[in-house]
Amino acid sequence: MNPIGATKRPARGPDLAFLKRKAAELRGEVIGMSHKAGSAHLASCLSCVDILTVAYWHVLNIDPAAPTAEMRDRFILSKGHAAMAIYATLAHRGFFSRDLLATYTADGGKLAEHPPANLLPGIEAATGSLGHGLPIACGHALAARIKNVPDSYRVFALLSDGECNEGSVWEAAMFAAAQDLRCLCVIVDYNKWQATARSNETLRLSPLREKWESFGWDAHEVDGHDIEALCEVLSSVPNRSSRPVAVVAHTVKGKGVSFMEDDNNWHYRAPSAEEVALARKELGLS
Amino acid sequence: MRNAFADELTKLGDEDHRVVMLSGDIGNRLFDAFKDKHQNRFFNCGVAEAHMTGLAAGLAMNGLRPVTYTITPFVTTRCLEQIRTDICYHDLPVTIVAVGAGLAYAGLGPSHHACEDIAFLRALPNMVVICPGDAWEVRAALRAAMKQDKPVYLRMGKKGEPKVHQGPVENFAIGKAIPIVEGTQICILSTGNMLPEAIEAGRLLEKSGKSARVVSFHTVKPLDGDCLTETLRRFELVVTVEEHSVIGGFGSAVVEWAVDNGFDTRKVLRIGTPDKFFKESGEQEHARKQLGLSADQIARRIVSHLS
Repeated sequence: MNPIGATKRPARGPDLAFLKRKAAELRGEVIGMSHKAGSAHLASCLSCVDILTVAYWHVLNIDPAAPTAEMRDRFILSKGHAAMAIYATLAHRGFFSRDLLATYTADGGKLAEHPPANLLPGIEAATGSLGHGLPIACGHALAARIKNVPDSYRVFALLSDGECNEGSVWEAAMFAAAQDLRCLCVIVDYNKWQATARSNETLRLSPLREKWESFGWDAHEVDGHDIEALCEVLSSVPNRSSRPVAVVAHTVKGKGVSFMEDDNNWHYRAPSAEEVALARKELGLS
Repeated sequence: MRNAFADELTKLGDEDHRVVMLSGDIGNRLFDAFKDKHQNRFFNCGVAEAHMTGLAAGLAMNGLRPVTYTITPFVTTRCLEQIRTDICYHDLPVTIVAVGAGLAYAGLGPSHHACEDIAFLRALPNMVVICPGDAWEVRAALRAAMKQDKPVYLRMGKKGEPKVHQGPVENFAIGKAIPIVEGTQICILSTGNMLPEAIEAGRLLEKSGKSARVVSFHTVKPLDGDCLTETLRRFELVVTVEEHSVIGGFGSAVVEWAVDNGFDTRKVLRIGTPDKFFKESGEQEHARKQLGLSADQIARRIVSHLS
């Protein structure tokens, strides 16, 4: 029934202490990058760090030394504005040197403010314009069936809640359900904010889990900062049904730093040196 | 053209297991043969062109050779950003096939006309733009498109256009224009489904004592620089003909090239659709006549331009 068996998944349960420590390190990394580059979208990065940590250190069947291996699990950061978070994640996971992070936004560099095409190992797709990642993820998932290797890898797409404004997300949602793309998983980083307003006051997303469910997906709600819960729900893809899986992850924009949490000014603001020091202290980083 | 496309695609599907056909809920029965033979490689993507285009990019990222297909405005302008960002930015071998280009679906109204698509798509980096002149060129162009590793836009008419070539086009190459009729004084460069009108215009010119060469200039990007060099050197008048706006289309591309390469653009006459929506009901022939694109109107314009 489920060819992605225990052999491909971590045999042991998650090392929660390690994952929490890693998430704190990644938060420290992106806060430092945002400060150094004066770059926006820090709060959008902080809301999805726990999801990225669980995916890259517990769930995904990946090998940083073979970033294009045919049977790898795919992770597509559809919310491309969280570029700092995916860069930090890939560097810490060994896809490229951590030294490269220092070149973020530098003239002539490879690390632009949205992930580039065909430049960096581990970046499956260039994103930045919202609503593109899920259709591409559907292509990855459908390709496995066309190539007669169904269920041999999983495809995860991380979307923002503001991104769910885009009609193309729902076009893809209906296609994935019609095609029974059971190895496809959408994670919505539901931090309740979009760039300039509360997401539900902008375009009514709620009830979001029920929306995915009514589109034919197996939909879950989870605390997007609960490492253990994330490990469990993301590891359960594919489940025993033929349906694709949606995980509505309730998150807090700016999570991990008290003075950034749920304050949408941090969608665009970059922290000062003093704020970096305060944030690192809160995160338990030296 | 569309029947030739469906038939040739079925053959390509036989030869190459990477070929995947994506339809935007169009072509009822047109792809029956493809579906019969390659059921697991045909997908009706519904009326959802943005998704269909992103999906094609995802398939191509995995080594497949997808084709997206529906009516011209919907497979081009409706999902232009997906073409730009998902396909062209990643430089993926996706072939975008449009049916009903220009005024082929004149009767369906301006929502279904497509006189701006060449302008949009040729501006995209990595994109190849091919407008075949008849059904035989469609077959050859599709085959050539699927053999290379770049995004291609294939712009077709609809069905029942006169065939210009007598059989398969030998030595078809992307970016290599095909001389159809020889002449000495005027050179008509035609792209896409205007080719039969261009040939007829050439015939009318011959009757009035002017000698016209007619070329099927199927590839709008990359342009055939050798052909343009020879044409701009040799002929008294060079005429571009297209069922597309004079803004940004084939004629624009030729004039841009001529300026950049130091040729005298005063000898170029551009014939295409005007900068307005055509709102009258009626079929393609009517629309062409109203917009000055019929063979005799083209011939008359050329004569008056010479005098």
